Amino acid sequence: MEYFVIVISAIFVSNIVLAQFLGVCPFLGVSNKISTSVGMTGAVIFVMTLATIVTYLINDLILVPFDITYLKTISYILVIAALVQMVEIILKQVSPSLYQALGVFLPLITTNCAVLGVALLVIQKDFNLMESTVYAIANGIGFGLALVIFAGLREHLDMMNVPKGMKGMPVALITAAILAMAFMGFTGMV
Amino acid sequence: MNNWSNFTKGFIKENPVFVLLLGMCPTLGTTTSAINGLGMGLATAFVLVMSNLVISLVKNLIPDKVRIPAFIVIIASFVTVVDLLLAGFLPALHEQLGLFIPLIVVNCIVLGRAEAFASKNSVFSSIIDGLGMGLGFAFALLILGATREILGSGAIFGYKFIGDNDGMLFFVLAPGAFLALGYIIAIINSLRKA
Repeated sequence: MEYFVIVISAIFVSNIVLAQFLGVCPFLGVSNKISTSVGMTGAVIFVMTLATIVTYLINDLILVPFDITYLKTISYILVIAALVQMVEIILKQVSPSLYQALGVFLPLITTNCAVLGVALLVIQKDFNLMESTVYAIANGIGFGLALVIFAGLREHLDMMNVPKGMKGMPVALITAAILAMAFMGFTGMV
Repeated sequence: MNNWSNFTKGFIKENPVFVLLLGMCPTLGTTTSAINGLGMGLATAFVLVMSNLVISLVKNLIPDKVRIPAFIVIIASFVTVVDLLLAGFLPALHEQLGLFIPLIVVNCIVLGRAEAFASKNSVFSSIIDGLGMGLGFAFALLILGATREILGSGAIFGYKFIGDNDGMLFFVLAPGAFLALGYIIAIINSLRKA
């Protein structure tokens, strides 16, 4: 039951993109097509889960025992950058087909604030390792859900006759506002 | 390029938020009021100036292959400095900005300026560039924060001017951030084309 609450609240109630504003850059940047947004989602779920587990262990086993938690930001971002590189190299060797699907998105993920954000949030929320893992996966799915819906909307938007000054980013942002309003309907569910 | 146009380009012509559309997460996440937006903008500006300064100083010492990780470490150090300073001197603002302070590390503006400008130019012009871009970012966040505060709670810098009414709560909540930014960019776009 506990895990169920974590999952529902991460995906719907406080959606990482539309309610917490993490990962907005890829949300606006790679949402032109549904197919690319699905690839991005896969890469994000993968890296986010891995990064959260590794940073959780680093915090628990190194930073807290030695009382150097003020190095959290530096160590986390380095671990995430290294991890992304490593995943890229391993994927290339082990599964070329998966690498082809996710490869182009991996370098972008280092600067995706959702990954670092979730790694920091699980510490703030005092989750244990299992809860952190579930929380990371759920947030990855939440990110994907928002991204895929938004990409679908933008594909339709391309065919519409938008007023001149509104073309491109402004109308995309206003669409995102309406989508965020829809997600606000989940408030109070858990 | 002379120093003055190097400094002013960040405000209007190449404004990081309104024109280049970089650093969207803190832009949308922290601008619930004018003061929060300004605080976040100035914190980012500080990191930007300091990291530009240090990176342009050490640019010849860093091997090309490891430059991105090296930049990230330099930026992360200054973010930690800002984090500790804000927690010490402005605890209320630190509480409000919360997670977005450590997330300055992954703000694309900071790394973008390090890579595109500071790693190629002299120390002085890198500082000017960081200052211009940083203040341009702060300026954009102040405008968005003020817009949302005026519409959302009928106040500006915490000073209420519409009596007992509460304003449109919508603009303080999450969707209002997207909507306000969308309309501001639309206005700027149509002004630029006219």
